[in-house]
Amino acid sequence: MALLEVTALTKMFGQLRALDGIDIAVRAGTFHGLIGPNGSGKSTLLKAIAGAHAPTSGTIRFDGTDFTPAPPFERARAGLSLKFQITSVFPELSTYDNVLLAVQSREGLPSLLSSRTRRTLDSEVMAALDRFRLADRADDLAGELSHGQQQWLEIILALTSRPKLLLLDEPTGGMSPEERRVTGELLRPIKSDCTLVIVEHDIDFIKNLCDYLTVLYQGRVLDEGSVGQIERSTKVQEVYTSRV
Amino acid sequence: MSAQQSVACDRSSSKRGGVRRPLRMLPLIELAVLVIMVAAPVALNERPQLITLITNIAILSLLAISFDLCWGFSGIMTFGQALFFGVPGYVIALVGRDLGLSQFWLTLPLAMITGLLLAFVVALFLLLGRRPTPIFIALGTLTGSYAAERLVSGWQYVGAGNGLSAIKLLQMGSYEFVEGTAFYSLACVILLATYLAARALVRSQLGLVLAGMRQNEERLDFLGYRVQVFKVLVFSFAGMISGIAGALYSYHQGFIGPGNMGPGLSTQAVIYCLLGGSGTLIGPVVGTAVIEILTYELADIDSIRQFWPVFLGLVLLSIILFQPSGILGIAVSTRERIGSYGLRRKSARQQG
Repeated sequence: MALLEVTALTKMFGQLRALDGIDIAVRAGTFHGLIGPNGSGKSTLLKAIAGAHAPTSGTIRFDGTDFTPAPPFERARAGLSLKFQITSVFPELSTYDNVLLAVQSREGLPSLLSSRTRRTLDSEVMAALDRFRLADRADDLAGELSHGQQQWLEIILALTSRPKLLLLDEPTGGMSPEERRVTGELLRPIKSDCTLVIVEHDIDFIKNLCDYLTVLYQGRVLDEGSVGQIERSTKVQEVYTSRV
Repeated sequence: MSAQQSVACDRSSSKRGGVRRPLRMLPLIELAVLVIMVAAPVALNERPQLITLITNIAILSLLAISFDLCWGFSGIMTFGQALFFGVPGYVIALVGRDLGLSQFWLTLPLAMITGLLLAFVVALFLLLGRRPTPIFIALGTLTGSYAAERLVSGWQYVGAGNGLSAIKLLQMGSYEFVEGTAFYSLACVILLATYLAARALVRSQLGLVLAGMRQNEERLDFLGYRVQVFKVLVFSFAGMISGIAGALYSYHQGFIGPGNMGPGLSTQAVIYCLLGGSGTLIGPVVGTAVIEILTYELADIDSIRQFWPVFLGLVLLSIILFQPSGILGIAVSTRERIGSYGLRRKSARQQG
């Protein structure tokens, strides 16, 4: 059974049909890439799945439950985590506190009030920072990190809530080639822990990382299949690859 | 060198004194205020009118702290904080007048509960929407405060425009608190207890959630926090603090009127907090002291008294334009004001 099932999803912004009857199924344990030209609806789809945009029609089922009308925090608690396209960290908090904030989101109110878990969560926070090469920047303000490091911090925030499904919106946006390569290396090991849906413009990056691709064009699914199938797809070649 | 080694290296260099950590100013300012609070009644023993002034400062500081919890720490812009000050003030005045009750152990909790419940109800209307805008919350609280003031102004049972005067004295057993050092001491003890409770709250892991809420509410939502619930909680707690302040004010002044729940006092709470420095807890106490001492000193000069609201408006405007971090912002860095919440804060301090 698919971990995520999106059925006939439509999103209108006024007269603009950003998503037009999208059907997507994401199997557990896969890395699923969403590609398409600018304006094809990739980020809108990701935001609709995460709850940032309420769909005009259609359904979103996650882990067997209908989450179409659920607010973002309910989806996040169910194991659906989003990394934003534009870095959206907490700039005036230290890098460490950013991660602590994400890690402690599983705690209840009495625990937060009594700061009972501050000590026990420390190792988890440091391990996450270490994994993404940010341990030495732990005490620095998140707003002082480089763009690439803020993107990594974003990924940590999305990962530390231990999601079943991680949605990454352009994780390498604005990164140098070296940072992109490192990001790919850092993401690969999470496959054992969670399923990934990733929107990315860097085709080489996505080809190296993903098992399955869905190509969007003008708010619709143009084609889907394995990386090899998409590379051979004449529809994609006609409409998409010639434009990128 | 791995990241962990690098951190270890940083830590050892701190140990050797290689890194000088900046002096933390907030604890020093807190200590100075505490010393002044303790020393003031001794220094002013011969001038009872000044004891009344500093008692007022202690009471109004509670109102300013309640605003700081909402705005400075949680990003909730409330322009109606006096509503939760005035209504409990009226409640304890009525309980004294109609039921003859003014026992400390009964009426202070009553005022706290009144402030808390009223703020909770207002929060349900204003904060529990999917994503209410700051301007909606500001106007909503302002309207609530204004409506309550107008309602009370025309209601004979609560004294209409004249308010309620000759309020029964606050009692603890058979002891009655009259204006003076005893009342000041009581107000200071309550201020200190409230301050410590608020300080514990904002420095806890819950305080980190509030800091996150202030900086990036949407992101917090996507981390799985039910942001609106945290807002309701902090708003209600702030309402409770305002309630204590309102009750103390009624007992101390022997009077409560419509103006004590209206936009005028609500705006004053904003000015106290912003002038002193929001998001610091001690800043609002400093701001309240500065404004109230200036008011007292300049009250006898007719030409100034007439334009006092204009002066306060200019103060507010000047802070927003030129010194948004308030008086404390001169000495306290933004980094220190925001603070840090994890375990590393403690270890860093131990090393420094």
